Amino acid sequence: MLSPARSRKKESHPPLAKCATGIAGFDEITFGGVPRSRPTLVCGSAGCGKTLFGLEFLVRGARDYGEPGVCISFEEPTADLEANVRSLGFDLAALQKNKKLVIDYIQVEKDQIAETGEYDLEGLFVRIGYAIDSVKAKRILLDTPEVLFAGLSDQGTLRSEFRRLFNWLKAKGVTAVITGEQGEGRITRHGLEEYVSDCVILLDQRVDHSVVTRRLRVMKYRGSRHGTNEYPFLIDEQGISVLPVTSVGLAHAVFEERISSGISGLDEMLGGKGYFRGSSVLATGTAGSGKTSVAASFVAAACERGEPALYFSFEESPDQFVRNMRSIGMNLERWRKQGLLFVRATRPSAFGLEMHLVQIHQMIRDIRPRVVVMDPISSLLGDGSDHEVKTMVLRMVDHLKHAGATALFTAMVDDPALETTDINLSSLVDTWIQLKNIENDGERNRLIQVLKSRGMAHSNQVREFNLSDRGIHLSPVYLGKGGVLTGSARVLQEAQERAQDVARQQELQRKQTVLQRTLRTLETQIHALQAEKEAQEHELALIGTQESSYRAALNAERETLSLSRQEPTNKPNGTSNRAGSKRI
Amino acid sequence: MKNGTARAKTPKKEPAYDLRLYVAGQTPRSLHAFANLKRICEEHLAGRYRIQIIDLLENPQLAKGDQILAIPTLVRTIPKPARKIIGDLSNTDRVLVGLDIRPAGNWDGH
Repeated sequence: MLSPARSRKKESHPPLAKCATGIAGFDEITFGGVPRSRPTLVCGSAGCGKTLFGLEFLVRGARDYGEPGVCISFEEPTADLEANVRSLGFDLAALQKNKKLVIDYIQVEKDQIAETGEYDLEGLFVRIGYAIDSVKAKRILLDTPEVLFAGLSDQGTLRSEFRRLFNWLKAKGVTAVITGEQGEGRITRHGLEEYVSDCVILLDQRVDHSVVTRRLRVMKYRGSRHGTNEYPFLIDEQGISVLPVTSVGLAHAVFEERISSGISGLDEMLGGKGYFRGSSVLATGTAGSGKTSVAASFVAAACERGEPALYFSFEESPDQFVRNMRSIGMNLERWRKQGLLFVRATRPSAFGLEMHLVQIHQMIRDIRPRVVVMDPISSLLGDGSDHEVKTMVLRMVDHLKHAGATALFTAMVDDPALETTDINLSSLVDTWIQLKNIENDGERNRLIQVLKSRGMAHSNQVREFNLSDRGIHLSPVYLGKGGVLTGSARVLQEAQERAQDVARQQELQRKQTVLQRTLRTLETQIHALQAEKEAQEHELALIGTQESSYRAALNAERETLSLSRQEPTNKPNGTSNRAGSKRI
Repeated sequence: MKNGTARAKTPKKEPAYDLRLYVAGQTPRSLHAFANLKRICEEHLAGRYRIQIIDLLENPQLAKGDQILAIPTLVRTIPKPARKIIGDLSNTDRVLVGLDIRPAGNWDGH
């Protein structure tokens, strides 16, 4: 961080001791503030905010860091300074009363001063020293000491006295901010940067597309790393805010929690649970495809959970937005009344992109929303935006992630077939929902699908997206020969399928009846045959029995006969005789 | 502030010229300036002037009132309007013009 060759210049102070200015964002881009006990040059053209930068440095120091300050003003009388910053909530008079601040106005009027012979600026030193000692100041602002060059003619003396002044301030251990007017082709008009070489900050005010934007750049910061970009900044009722577009990191906290998208059908598509908290969601679609409705459902769901939500509308006024959402059964007004929903509507062309970003940044800081919507982020970009501007939008997206807010951006796309966005947001977002309008059979219908959703099993299905006064409803679509069927075509297809179904059912029933009847006939026949079979069997058995009884009878007869033939040879048998005589 | 701890030189009841010489310590340049001033006053304003010497090292709070930056600074408080001359007062003509004792056009330039 610190090159050894340079460090030998710093005698008594640790090389990286810094003094927090308290100016929003500035301390972040300089990794801690201005160099402590050393002078910092803040330069820029007229009206760029140099004096305010210095005064805020003093006021925040006195108020927030317990470091009293001295303001040596060469341009504006004390009363003017006090009046100028009163609107920013800086009460210079009270600070002076409480011995936290000294303001000394040094008036330099060339025509009142005659010069004769040699002189030095010991009087100035005495005044500054006296002011510093009177409040034990740790900070000092020299507001454009270069006007001395106009008031005094001995330039050589002035130069050496400036050098002596800055060294003297260093030795006194006060952290100094010196403002300087930007000169033609050089940083300051009289080359103050030659004496203040530790830290140089450039403020700039530019007009782009008839919109004024202020930018800040750390031109030089000896012995410290610093952001080298131009950072947009804003002067508003809280002072200066530098948009801290710190390096885009990927170190943000990751949430496991899932939050509802506000549309049950969409939650189902997103693994059944909705978005991840802290993720960023992109909803793209053509005009009228329902982007705002998806966004509004999301904030409504957040408010329902009691989480503050911030809605940036770049196309509709807050009332218009609320009214339009009422038409799909969403009551957003009550959330606004409860202070949960903040709708901020600005025309994209109202001011520069930087200003938008700074304001967005401030609102996020002040409101601390859990859910942020920008609708549509594409219009914020405008058509004249360059690469740098796009990068800044990406950084803003990144900032939201760091803030732990779940962000939903809508973006208008011209060609629904094209799965890209203007600003290549898609690589940065975690979930990308695409909304489509398709036209067939004389009607337009909306489709919704999830193109990607990191870290969750999400549906690959296209759903039909229905808006009605009862809200948003997703329904499956039919895939027919002509592609996806929606709306009436889907209804027709459904009816046809139902009719076909009924016909098939009826046919089936008919066949069943016929078969059942045949079966019953067969069974009857089987019964009849069975009966006949049994009769035959019975008869067969009967025949067998008769035969055996006949045989038995016959045998008995024969036996009797043979017995009767034996009688005459042996002894007579009355019985046999009688029988024999009867038979004869 | 008017009376401060300044010490008055050549006190007069109502001097036509009331002069203050601001210095910061007894530096050679301050002493030189005072000597020059004294000489010029004696030559051109004898009996009509008063000189106060204000040492800012002793009374730093007095620097603010007369808007003192450079040392040495001579301030003419009377007659009005106030005039200011900075430097060691080594150029007598410039001092006379600066104090409005001699009009700017009159000096013969040497």
